[in-house]
Amino acid sequence: MKSIRLYFKYVSAVLTSTMQYKLSFLLMCIGRFIVAFSGFIGISFLFSGFAGIKNYSYGEVLLCFSIVQAAFSLSECLFSGFKGFSGLVKRGDFDRMLLRPRSLILQVIGSRFELGRIGPLLTAGITLIVGIRTCELHLNIMRIITLILMILGGMVLFSALFLLGATINFFSIEDGGIINVLTYGGKDHGKYPIDIYGEGLKKFCTFLIPYTLFQYYPLQYLLGKTDNSMYAFFPLGTVVFLVLCYAFWRFGVRNYKSCGN
Amino acid sequence: MRKYYFFFRMRFATGLQYRMAAITALTTQFFWGLMECLAYKALLDSNAIKAPMDYSALVSYIWLKEAFLALFNTWAADNDVFNMILDGGISYELCRPLSVYKMWFARTIGGRMSEALLRCIPVLLCACLLPAPYRISAPASIGCFFLFLFTMLIALGVTVSFCMLIYILCFFTVSPNGWRVFFMGAVDLLAGLVVPIPFIPQPYRSIIECLPFASMSNVPFRIYSGDLQGMEMITAIGLQVFWLFALIGLGSVICRLAQRRVVIQGG
Repeated sequence: MKSIRLYFKYVSAVLTSTMQYKLSFLLMCIGRFIVAFSGFIGISFLFSGFAGIKNYSYGEVLLCFSIVQAAFSLSECLFSGFKGFSGLVKRGDFDRMLLRPRSLILQVIGSRFELGRIGPLLTAGITLIVGIRTCELHLNIMRIITLILMILGGMVLFSALFLLGATINFFSIEDGGIINVLTYGGKDHGKYPIDIYGEGLKKFCTFLIPYTLFQYYPLQYLLGKTDNSMYAFFPLGTVVFLVLCYAFWRFGVRNYKSCGN
Repeated sequence: MRKYYFFFRMRFATGLQYRMAAITALTTQFFWGLMECLAYKALLDSNAIKAPMDYSALVSYIWLKEAFLALFNTWAADNDVFNMILDGGISYELCRPLSVYKMWFARTIGGRMSEALLRCIPVLLCACLLPAPYRISAPASIGCFFLFLFTMLIALGVTVSFCMLIYILCFFTVSPNGWRVFFMGAVDLLAGLVVPIPFIPQPYRSIIECLPFASMSNVPFRIYSGDLQGMEMITAIGLQVFWLFALIGLGSVICRLAQRRVVIQGG
């Protein structure tokens, strides 16, 4: 309870400082919205000439795009502190956090909060509605649960990847650009259901980095391509991945040697 | 002219120092290109309709895009310039008996060329070694190759002169990040970096082809594979030259106006 109150204190402090530059913040919000929205326009341009991709129609791709976009933006909004983690280590700010008697993760998360991410979130919302309309998806309670679980599962997975990227900084001072392939790459290329990329990549995205747990499998159920309602609960599996990443983070913290001042 | 050449050389040499960053970029760009090739393959295979671009031309387009990303992305403008505007360092620039516009133009071109030089070779090399459908093909002909190089230079000029406009806008607002992100998404879409321009349906395509953004990477990358040829190509090159002069002209006029009322913020 105490830590939740502390988190809100952090958030309000960050927000106050952001609001000092109102025009910049506004342009940033609109800009981020346009960036994400151009992804949506890109898909609709592409599919104006084509009927579909593999066995997915235009509307189904839009649904997939919006879910991944929503999951990623939520995760980026809440956990962007991990993205700037290499800076925290280099400047020695992380050493100060170690001294405080509060949870480390909470402090890192609280160091940054990007409200500007509501821009992409808005795009995700619009695309979701257009997608549901286009493929005439009949929403029942089970499908709504699936949809919510997919977004939450994706959020957990992307957050775990951000945590993993931050942990790499304990072992190498070089900026962890490699992790961007998994985070931004997952967001950009996850707009298509993963099975279109072929069997090999689908295996990689199931057993190594479990993207398929929140994207491919539950999507099959959501779109009515399978009746197996077990698939709807696959996104819960991403929690296991988060636990593994957390264990790796703990290992990193224990072996951390300061390099700042 | 010599003076500006040295600004170019200086920035070029600085850019070559960041070799490690180039290796990280290689993995990212290689992965991005490959995923995009796979996605388009699936898209073209699952539809019987004739695509507006051959698959091999499309693959070349994608790999050139990844290899020369540093030359043509409008959002990665020179950070030094933005910092100068923010922290007042610009007062030193204004003191020099040189044109600010030409000086920054030379710097930006230098920065972009050094970055692209470091990155394009490994990406293109990887793209040459891939198995058949995903391999980048050789240019359509020797003539195409020289036209590709020539139009790439003009395209770089158009891109940089557009970036100059964004720099100058910051004279008026002091919030560089806002403007940059504001233009980022729209320009990527209009320049054909999200979806290649031939895939855009009419009437949008005709409108987009007239805008300055279509005169950036779109022209050289499509000339390379022979996708853009004949009358269409000549019109496209003509438009490129027109936009190059129009944007440079507009930029220098606004720059002169802005300099008249510059307020130094800090320093």
